[in-house]
Amino acid sequence: MKSSVITFPGSNCDRDMDVALKKFGFKNKMVWHADAELPKSDLVVLPGGFSYGDYLRCGSMASKSKIMQSVINFANSGGMVMGICNGFQILVETGLVPGVLLRNKYLEFICKNVFVKINDKKNKYFKNVDNEVFEFHIAHNEGNYFCTNDQLKEIEDNNQIAINYCDENGKIEDQFNPNGSIKNIAGIFNKEKNVLGMMPHPERMIDTSLSGEDGSLFFKNLINNLK
Amino acid sequence: MIVNEQVAVDHGLKKDEYAKICELLKRTPNITELGIFSAMWNEHCSYKSSRLHLKKLPTKGKKVIQGPGENAGVIDIEDNDAIVFKIESHNHPSFIEPYQGAATGVGGIMRDVFTMGARPIANLNSIHFGSPQHKKTKNLLRGVVHGIGGYGNCMGVPTIAGQTSFDSSYNGNILVNAMTLGLVKKDKIFYSKAAGLNKPVIYVGSKTGRDGIHGASMASASFDEKIEEKKPTVQVGDPFTEKLLLEACLELMAGDSIIAIQDMGAAGLTSSSIEMASKGNLGIEINLNKVPCREAKMTPYEIMLSESQERMLIVLENGKEEQAKKIFDKWNLDFAVIGKTTKSKKIELYFDEEKVADIPVNTLVENSPMYDRKWKKAKLPKKNKIKKEDIKHLKIIDVLKKILANPNVCSKEWIWQQYDHTVMGDTIQKPGGDAGVVRVHGTDKAIAASVDSSAVYCWAHPLTGGKQVVCESFRNLISVGAKPIAITNCLNFGSPENEENMGEFVECVQGIGEASDYLKFPVVSGNVSFYNQTKEEGIKPTPAIGGVGLIKDYKNMITLDFKEVDNLVLVIGKTEGHIDQSLFARTILDEKNGPPPEVNLFNEKNNGETLLKLIDNNLIKSAHDVSLGGIITAVAKMCIKGKKGININKPKYLINEIEYLFAEDQGRYVIEINKKDFKKVADILNKNAVHFDELGTIIENEVYINDKTKVTIDELSTSNKSWLINYMSK
Repeated sequence: MKSSVITFPGSNCDRDMDVALKKFGFKNKMVWHADAELPKSDLVVLPGGFSYGDYLRCGSMASKSKIMQSVINFANSGGMVMGICNGFQILVETGLVPGVLLRNKYLEFICKNVFVKINDKKNKYFKNVDNEVFEFHIAHNEGNYFCTNDQLKEIEDNNQIAINYCDENGKIEDQFNPNGSIKNIAGIFNKEKNVLGMMPHPERMIDTSLSGEDGSLFFKNLINNLK
Repeated sequence: MIVNEQVAVDHGLKKDEYAKICELLKRTPNITELGIFSAMWNEHCSYKSSRLHLKKLPTKGKKVIQGPGENAGVIDIEDNDAIVFKIESHNHPSFIEPYQGAATGVGGIMRDVFTMGARPIANLNSIHFGSPQHKKTKNLLRGVVHGIGGYGNCMGVPTIAGQTSFDSSYNGNILVNAMTLGLVKKDKIFYSKAAGLNKPVIYVGSKTGRDGIHGASMASASFDEKIEEKKPTVQVGDPFTEKLLLEACLELMAGDSIIAIQDMGAAGLTSSSIEMASKGNLGIEINLNKVPCREAKMTPYEIMLSESQERMLIVLENGKEEQAKKIFDKWNLDFAVIGKTTKSKKIELYFDEEKVADIPVNTLVENSPMYDRKWKKAKLPKKNKIKKEDIKHLKIIDVLKKILANPNVCSKEWIWQQYDHTVMGDTIQKPGGDAGVVRVHGTDKAIAASVDSSAVYCWAHPLTGGKQVVCESFRNLISVGAKPIAITNCLNFGSPENEENMGEFVECVQGIGEASDYLKFPVVSGNVSFYNQTKEEGIKPTPAIGGVGLIKDYKNMITLDFKEVDNLVLVIGKTEGHIDQSLFARTILDEKNGPPPEVNLFNEKNNGETLLKLIDNNLIKSAHDVSLGGIITAVAKMCIKGKKGININKPKYLINEIEYLFAEDQGRYVIEINKKDFKKVADILNKNAVHFDELGTIIENEVYINDKTKVTIDELSTSNKSWLINYMSK
């Protein structure tokens, strides 16, 4: 399986993602933001970080970068595109997934483990996952997902919510919402479910010495689904 | 502008210093030259009050590749890997403007590290605030934490450990010390020594603006009521540009075109060019019209003294300019050839085709003032006798809860959750333990780092306090299973012109020197911050020690959470019942006098090394050093983190229960071992003449003390975790 990780000048989780993808069997290539062409890929990842500094809205400049046109075309032709953290912010700015990401409710950066419940398994990202709940890691300042009521209705009607913040038993309640996201949304799909944007970082949870191992489950399952 | 004595005094120079400048130049300096002298001769850059004493610190060792004098210290961690690290203060700016002050402190120290060719792999910080009741404290704390996070998070470098304290002596002068560790191949270390004639001098990074002019001079003076006016002297950080600069520099460093490289930190273009010239025993000629400027009509004076961030100065091999420029173009950074090295041994500046400065380099560096300031030796205070009736009524659990909720002991999760501590995917021990630990990427090795200070002990008796901080750093590294290698120090003191403050400095440095010499834990880098005072009110002496150690196989790392019910808990090191200056004495008995706990270097070394032996033999399940709040506080933290309880039976001792549990005697650790290993452990401890107590057994959920008092772990956890969150949300 071939993957590509896009490196924007301020990306800082690009290496971590490269390490994770390779660990679980992807042949990964790093792609520079100023390139025009995407290499042949089964999966394109927009990694975490601060793309162009994010002094304007997070991800807004990155969404207009040279490589993104190719990424958008790739996604529109059904290609798998996953945006993590800043990558999610870039995805909402391109319009590939609906909604926006506001500053966290308590106006503070949050770095900690959270639990997320998988809302939909009829997609290539979560199909065949045994777990209902993953323990993932978040590290962001702007992860407060928001959308209009009409958008929310559409998202729910299409079953586009990928994961929601919850407790370890999968209970989705306000108290387990770390950033104020509407409906505890931690990740969403586009309508076709080939594009996934999510705040948590599975690449930081790929061995027992780190924050946990649920990231390993996610990547192992992902590569199997793509085969 | 005409330069005279008054203008010099307004620049922070003393009258006799100005006379010396005129004598060295054999003429009156012009305003640009005066600015340069004031920047180089201030306390922050010249170390004029501290140099004499810093010379006494042990700085050499088998593992030391580079000691003090470079941008940062470098130590050998085997396999051609080296760690570059340093701690630096950004106290004055952070008090004036907490967000930018703290942010640029973090940016500055990271630049010091990647200037040497190392990719930063971990950040730490030591931050100290005034009394929680003081009206400024909350906003300063919030601003500093946001600033540290704002910069470090964007750079993608994990902040893995730190220390936060509150004390009214910081009401008018907070401390913000930032430390960075970087990883480099031993044969790819870069230095700031220029070499060769007619080599191009290159400016890279951000453009030069009017921010931060006189920052270093500001940091070399006390505060008064006009502090608000000093805001423009604080630099403004741009972490995104620094991230670009980091990547661009490392890309250029992969080749062989760099002769010398130096970041523009305090005193900007002035100190970076002069340091490179001075180390290379060369001259440097700069055309200031070529310096990329952010604002129009900047004068030579402003260009030379600006402390705009995210800039570097490089001496390149001839003919490599185009190749280097390509890299900086790729990263969208300014790149300008602004001058060349010369044999003149002078710093010569041109602007609009006129020579605007002409100063022999040695007058700025070797001839800079050095003072043997008067200082007063501190007496060891008399011991207090604790009266039985003062403690008779105290209930251990109540005291313990109070101590766990004390601002200096309580959980700092509110702070470190705002720092990205897991980016780079190698953080294997997060903040909240004895030391932060990151793996050396792609290897079995891991690096442990901790930052410590004990201002109260240093204030009570500077010599003992200085020793103690080094020992505490040593213990924190050993507690996670790391072999301590070297330290960096950030020496935060009041005015060197005050004999008592100077005495505190001299004796703390002596204590640090004695301990680091004995423990073979040399000082490889550091920074001095004097004048941490507002009017006459100075801070408690606060030397912060950043320690670094190596874990050969990261799988053998130790954490402090209790692991398993039925395991035994021992205390290594003897408890004499030293209560003076303990948290218990100060907060429960309200007794502020008396000596700090004695430091016995033999015991420190022996106890620590023996614990490392036990760890090497896989006999240790968890470990934690005993510090603030004594044995019971250490044990409570292990319980809270491991969500386990303990059944404590005080060993038979001459001292009473309270003294045993809350005393802050040094050289002690709490360890957890499997019952079946007890004999092996006892044998090793006995063979090495290490005293130990059997403290108790791990149980579920509750702490029992001598079968009579008990408390649940949830209650202790609430006491420990709620203070800071409640304080910040009020």
